Amino acid sequence: MSTKNKLILIVDDDQDYLYQMKTKVEAFGFQTLLAESQKEAEEMIEKTKPDLAILDLMMENEDSGFILCYKMKKKYPEVPIIIATGVAAETGITFDINDENNRKWIKADRFLEKGIRTEKLKEEIFKLLKINN
Amino acid sequence: MSTLKILVIDDEPGIRSGISRILRNFRVDYPFMEEAFDFVVREASTGEAGIEIIDTDKPDILLLDNKLPGIQGIEVLEYIRKKQLNIIVVMITSYASLELAVKATSDGAYDFIPKPFTPQELKSSIENITKRVFLKKMTNKLQESGKQIRFQFLSVLSHELKAPLNSIEGYLQMIKERQAGPQLDSYDYMVDRMLERIKGMRILILDLMDLTKVESGKGKRDIKEINLVDIARMAIDTMTPYSIQKDIKLKLHGSEVVKVIADSEEMEIIFNNLISNAIKYNKQGGSVDCTLRENGEWVEILVEDTGIGMNPEDISRIFDDFVRIKTEKTRNITGSGLGLAIVKKLIDNYKGIIEVTSQPDQGSIFKVKLPIDKPCL
Ligand SMILES: Nc1ncnc2c1ncn2[C@@H]1O[C@H](COP(=O)(O)OP(=O)(O)OP(=O)(O)O)[C@@H](O)[C@H]1O
Repeated sequence: MSTKNKLILIVDDDQDYLYQMKTKVEAFGFQTLLAESQKEAEEMIEKTKPDLAILDLMMENEDSGFILCYKMKKKYPEVPIIIATGVAAETGITFDINDENNRKWIKADRFLEKGIRTEKLKEEIFKLLKINN
Repeated sequence: MSTLKILVIDDEPGIRSGISRILRNFRVDYPFMEEAFDFVVREASTGEAGIEIIDTDKPDILLLDNKLPGIQGIEVLEYIRKKQLNIIVVMITSYASLELAVKATSDGAYDFIPKPFTPQELKSSIENITKRVFLKKMTNKLQESGKQIRFQFLSVLSHELKAPLNSIEGYLQMIKERQAGPQLDSYDYMVDRMLERIKGMRILILDLMDLTKVESGKGKRDIKEINLVDIARMAIDTMTPYSIQKDIKLKLHGSEVVKVIADSEEMEIIFNNLISNAIKYNKQGGSVDCTLRENGEWVEILVEDTGIGMNPEDISRIFDDFVRIKTEKTRNITGSGLGLAIVKKLIDNYKGIIEVTSQPDQGSIFKVKLPIDKPCL
């Protein structure tokens, strides 16, 4: 299956992280849709259904990513979601994202560290979209 | 050794006794903490019974099941929040849904332990909470002893410092992997962004130095009669290259001599911040007018610009630490969000007032009023 017609939504309030993600994801051959806030992303998913979403955890609020994830899953249960965090340790949120139970419960399909290697990121996205690498 | 009081509210006796057993001999001890913590556990089988214990013997930590026979866990949480009790609440629940979790987080729950949990999971959650209790205790102690170290501030600060580092690291990684191909100029944008983030960090560090001066240094202040017009001229000279670069007319108006009793460096910080903002948030070809005058009991400083302006909701926030207004027009402007916080603190020290009037897309006026002859030291 081709990556060309797959649309990936990336949401992050840091414009540089957004750019970095976009560049990587486009290099894998995907199309991208970008939002800089939970609010902007919510407006986007009203009109457009992405094939996969990569969400930052902490945006306007420290749980923006969770809430966005919840709303997306409600609207598009089949769209896989990756939550990217780099901040778990420094905020009050002690959510252990590696814990199986927590993962099930938050309903995101993957939790990834923000500093993840490009190859690994590609692997994860392909896996979630069931594309053969 | 300190002992933290834990209350378990759960209708399943097995869970309650399990928790008691697991925590009976548990201790939390970190090299950075001055003391070790152990725990005593009390149990309640309903929310009502739990609230009674909360009222008579306030726990430090509450492990709370949501699904209870009488009132629900969420209601206990609401009770705690309404009474503003200082209790860290952990929800234990097998009926967890994201909806509940989100609601509980915004109602002040701190963590969640899904049921069933292993002893290790319970312990690690309690461990994290203990760290937080410790930090809170420290903060309170420091505040009582007048040191006013703000952990809140420091944690935001560490986030603000890490964000540019992460972004620079990300770009360097991309360059290292030659992600934009072999052409060197394909990387120009990345390099520019890195330089911009470095500039942001530098501004932050300079602002922090100002802030430390403002907050710590009564000893070093040199309070004497000064002519504010001299200070304003100095600030304008400093800012002129910047204004030329941005094609903005920068002018000083008003009296030749306006005397105040103040520290000249502190006055300079005020002018620098207000004028640099007025240039920074201006439009191509705009202007900045700085006026000094005496008005009855007050000395007035006006900094007027023809820039992007602000909404009323935004105006109320800009004097808080690290607040930056995020819009399409400000996204490429670098700053720390500390400048006006510093200005406000300084003006407060002098028993002065700062007022803002602003019209989106028209411009802003920042008006500072300092009492004449009544410096507050
Ligand atoms: N003259 C102005 N016109 C429009 N907006 C302004 C003006 N001055 C300040 N602001 C808004 O208020 C926010 C806070 O300003 P502040 O000076 O505290 O921080 P900053 O400009 O982001 O950073 P720095 O302190 O490094 O200058 C700014 O981000 C900007 O959005």
